[in-house]
Amino acid sequence: MTVASQIADTPVRGVQRRAGLIGRPLVLITIGLVVAFVAIPLVATDYWLSSIIIPTIVMGLAGLGLNLLMGYAGLVSLGAAAFMSIGAFATYNLLLRLPVLPLPVVLVLAGLIAAAAGILFGLPSLRIKGFYLGASTLGAQFFFEWLFTNFKWFSNGSQSLTISAPRLAFLGWDLSAATGRYLLVAAVTALLILLAYAIVHSRVGREWMAIRDQDTAAAVIGIRIGRRKLLAYAISSFFCGIAGALWAFGYLGTADAHAFDLDKSFQVLFIVLIGGTATLFGSFFGAAFIVLTPILLDRIVLATSLTASADQGALANLQRIIFGVIIILLLIKEPDGLSSLLRRGLSGVRRRDTASRAPLG
Amino acid sequence: MNFFLETLVSGLSAGVMYSLVAIGFVLIYKASGVFNFAQGSMLLFASLTFVTLVEKGAPFGVALGTTALVMILGAILIERLVLRPLVNRDALTLFMATLGLSFVIEGLAQLLMGSDVHMLDLGIDDLPVSVGGLMISQFDLFASGAALALVAVLSIVFNKTRMGISLRAVADDTLAAQSIGIRLPAIWRIVWSVAGIVALAAGLIWGARQGVQYSLSLVTLKALPVLIIGGFSSIAGAIVGGLLVGATESLADIYIGPLVQGSVSTWFAYILAVVFLLVRPAGLFGDRAIERV
Repeated sequence: MTVASQIADTPVRGVQRRAGLIGRPLVLITIGLVVAFVAIPLVATDYWLSSIIIPTIVMGLAGLGLNLLMGYAGLVSLGAAAFMSIGAFATYNLLLRLPVLPLPVVLVLAGLIAAAAGILFGLPSLRIKGFYLGASTLGAQFFFEWLFTNFKWFSNGSQSLTISAPRLAFLGWDLSAATGRYLLVAAVTALLILLAYAIVHSRVGREWMAIRDQDTAAAVIGIRIGRRKLLAYAISSFFCGIAGALWAFGYLGTADAHAFDLDKSFQVLFIVLIGGTATLFGSFFGAAFIVLTPILLDRIVLATSLTASADQGALANLQRIIFGVIIILLLIKEPDGLSSLLRRGLSGVRRRDTASRAPLG
Repeated sequence: MNFFLETLVSGLSAGVMYSLVAIGFVLIYKASGVFNFAQGSMLLFASLTFVTLVEKGAPFGVALGTTALVMILGAILIERLVLRPLVNRDALTLFMATLGLSFVIEGLAQLLMGSDVHMLDLGIDDLPVSVGGLMISQFDLFASGAALALVAVLSIVFNKTRMGISLRAVADDTLAAQSIGIRLPAIWRIVWSVAGIVALAAGLIWGARQGVQYSLSLVTLKALPVLIIGGFSSIAGAIVGGLLVGATESLADIYIGPLVQGSVSTWFAYILAVVFLLVRPAGLFGDRAIERV
């Protein structure tokens, strides 16, 4: 093939490629939206919505937030739950003290407050990198748990230090029932996935990946590393903050600072690693795993009538062991997470080369 | 002034116990680059095993020996089943694996030996004695002595024995160490065993202080700021860091706590650590090798 024909070929291929890129996801997105906003609310029972689907989506959203930071920008956070709690407490106080604000505005403001905290605790990333950064975010974890427990102002003087949503409504619709809460959670998450997609495929997203892969080279080509890192902390915390608000009011209903303890931070971390780093949808698989595994283990125990022979504490410990073993096995066997497993499965069926696009998620 | 000094001393003695936990971390971090979150669970497992054996009527020495054997066996299993398949993976994956490991160890410990709080009596009273006009707990003195002895033994082992020198070689340059015939898996087994025995020692002292129970595994969380302040790769750093964290923490609790309505000890050490990270990223005694921006 001559050079000329190669050149002549390129734009055509580019156009076809682009048509394929837009065309197929558009069908998938439409199907996804129909399933999410029509089929699931019609079919799913309240139990499924409240105990499985809502927590999976919300934890997936938190995972997505952390994934932007860890997977794309290559930074570490061990305190995702701290930023979730900021979002939850900010939402509560905004709804309570500024009742004129509509719910979407409140959620965005709460996210922005969490983002500000994210920037603050991301500052050490300007001087250090790698695992050591965990200490700073771990500090955030303990600091905010302490702050929200010790200062009653944040929970409006409640004796039990709990916060419950004053009113979940949008344009006059009451969103307190399971279906309403589901629609709220699903709509917010869908919008944020879109936002994440746009960020990751924008200049910012590419600069994050450049910093993650080769920070010196990134600096050489003129990327302002410090600003981009802080932006990563801000955006990640924005997502986590909104996820925290949804967790408190879309899932739990009533929450306190201990709903966002270190265990929750580690859960979000697990979700990212199990789902697959630097993928947008992997976090939701990881979240499904985190939510479903304990429920499944419970069911298995009930089905095998082990309950008669062992006490509750022993069963809880057995679950702990199994959960730990599964985590280790997944880390060993599936380094790129559940999403790569799924992608391999899909490409096996459809014979499509998705691997080349994999790094973009 | 006396009150200040006594607060300082009690903080320092808490710091000794932090150091004991941190030493276990440093050993494993040096030899394999793993931040071992399961160190706290190992501490819980060791002290639970020991206390259960003693309650079953085993004499002190037998219980100690058996527990040490159990910890060595555990180290061999961990190396074979967790570390070897994960070799060459990034630090975060290894950290998460030790997090999974901590679930397994804690679950096993409580499944096999129950989740009751056990009292552990090492035969040392927690009575204050007067040292130069200050009231210092006898037990704290004993704990400090034990920590010193442990550090002395460890530094002799690391500096004088063949095994210790090969361990330092691995820590220094893994590839070079391998090329002169040092077997990495063997080193890992030994290091995790030693860390297990350090966990036993720390577990006994912590356990005697606050009872052997689940919350023992949480001391891990205090070790991270200790390590950041002292430096991840230095035993001396672990000790100085531990003392510094213990002392500043209890002073902050007394003098800052009342200003902000309540105990600040849950997070104070971390904020201190972050300050250290900003000013001196390698810690007080750490290698310069830490990646800086």
